[in-house]
Amino acid sequence: MNLRGIFAIYHFEMSRMFRTVSQSIASPVLSTALYFIVFGSAIGSKIGNIDGVNYTSFLVPGLIMLTILNQSVSNASFGIYFPKFSGTIYEILSAPISPIEITCGYVLAAASKSVLVGLIILITSAFFIEITILHPFWMLLFLILMSITFSLFGFIIGIWANDFQKIQLIPSFILTPLTFLGGSFYSIGMLPDFWQKLSYVNPIVYLISSFRWSFYGKSDVNVVVSISATLFFLVLCMVFVSWIFKTGYKIKT
Amino acid sequence: MIAIGIKNLNKSYENGLKALKNINLSVRSGEIFALLGPNGAGKSTLINIICGISKKTSGKVTIFGKDNILDYKFTRSKIGLVPQEIATDSFEKVINTLKFSRGLFNKVPSDEYLSFILKSLNLVTKKNNQIRTLSGGMKRRVMIAKALSHEPKILFLDEPTAGVDVNLRKTLWNFLNKLKKNGVTIFLTTHYIEEAENIADRIGIINNGEIVITENKKKLIDKLGEKKIIITINSSHNKISYITKKYQLKKNKNKLSYIYNSKKNVDLSASLLSDLVKSSVKIDDIEIEKSNLEEIFLNMVEK
Repeated sequence: MNLRGIFAIYHFEMSRMFRTVSQSIASPVLSTALYFIVFGSAIGSKIGNIDGVNYTSFLVPGLIMLTILNQSVSNASFGIYFPKFSGTIYEILSAPISPIEITCGYVLAAASKSVLVGLIILITSAFFIEITILHPFWMLLFLILMSITFSLFGFIIGIWANDFQKIQLIPSFILTPLTFLGGSFYSIGMLPDFWQKLSYVNPIVYLISSFRWSFYGKSDVNVVVSISATLFFLVLCMVFVSWIFKTGYKIKT
Repeated sequence: MIAIGIKNLNKSYENGLKALKNINLSVRSGEIFALLGPNGAGKSTLINIICGISKKTSGKVTIFGKDNILDYKFTRSKIGLVPQEIATDSFEKVINTLKFSRGLFNKVPSDEYLSFILKSLNLVTKKNNQIRTLSGGMKRRVMIAKALSHEPKILFLDEPTAGVDVNLRKTLWNFLNKLKKNGVTIFLTTHYIEEAENIADRIGIINNGEIVITENKKKLIDKLGEKKIIITINSSHNKISYITKKYQLKKNKNKLSYIYNSKKNVDLSASLLSDLVKSSVKIDDIEIEKSNLEEIFLNMVEK
């Protein structure tokens, strides 16, 4: 196992994050703080409680998840796309490092950044509202698991993309709409029957729901189903990544 | 010992282009092998396949006897690659990019070795500079330093001195010779015939995806090169018309040129001189010109 190789990629990616703190950390934290002010304080005071939880508090898990998914995908996709764009990928491809090790380096770095941003948002939100975490172990586990899963998804997007526009395509046109419609800002139970049933097709619903359960003990769907869905998506991404490296898809000519 | 072994290697692209056609090549450990060829001949494709960047269509590549796909961790650990294009992480510091390269190849960190590489390539004063602030020539040296950071046994250089000034080119040649003395095998592609002529032990010529010839540099020049003997005489041409006819000499004022090609004819220069002396021709001067690699190269690829 080329552990030094994995660490080299991990360290390189993390250094890039610290070189661009305003973009990597300050920007997502500021956006989330704005969500709290607009949806939490301004609009939230008119909404009242949802499932027995104050609306501003109800927002916290959804907003963290919204940021986590976007950050994981963008960090991982950019991480692998940029070497392709700049040509530095030659060094990775000619090094004695296996596809699994390459993936570990990039995905772990992207997931670490997301977890860090998620935790910073959690701490930031504590300045606005009172935070309750009923299942802290599960909260952390969900945070890590979803960061890894979506970093892997972002890694695939980064390999598939052959220009900067394509990197934004799936996050902008699929991921963000699904996250907004996945219960980030509301409970699925608040929707009319038809839209409720349709929402269960949205995989993001399961992620947000289980994450919110770790905070308040309440969930729109069964937590076991949520975890199973996340793990299924994780395995699917892993299978796809191993196929990419086996065939050299979009990497080797 | 064979450092690089290539057998029946073929590479075809989806659009039908055959980039490499049945390449067979061996490079011995510790030698400098230069591959010459015009643009699009297949030089970079060959290097990319050996190093694992491109896929082959068929054939076999071995590094120190091990298959470059089945034993890729072993083979790649022996190889350092300097690609044709300068591709670096612009915002990274020189020293950090070397540490990254060394780590990627699973080598224990060594500040001492990296300092030695930086010193050898005159980069010590730039080690804490971001790469984007360096000149083109320095970036090229950083690329070489990266390729050497993991102490490779084989160094591939894809047109390493393209766009580099004469001084730096000569510095690099000296450096490559030092590496050779330390046992590093060097495989380079180049457009500069002078480069191959100066530093290579063996030369290969590739054209349209086919290896036209591989030969020891001196032998190649001897074998394929033309030798021109220019004799300046102090007598009338008419006096020796039968000699000019016999040896097919070219006349230019008082100069007679005899061209000998080892592939085409027998060397009759001794007999020519003897005939001239017998005819009482006064010889003022004799010059011998050997064709250089550039003439050989052009001769081969233009066929």
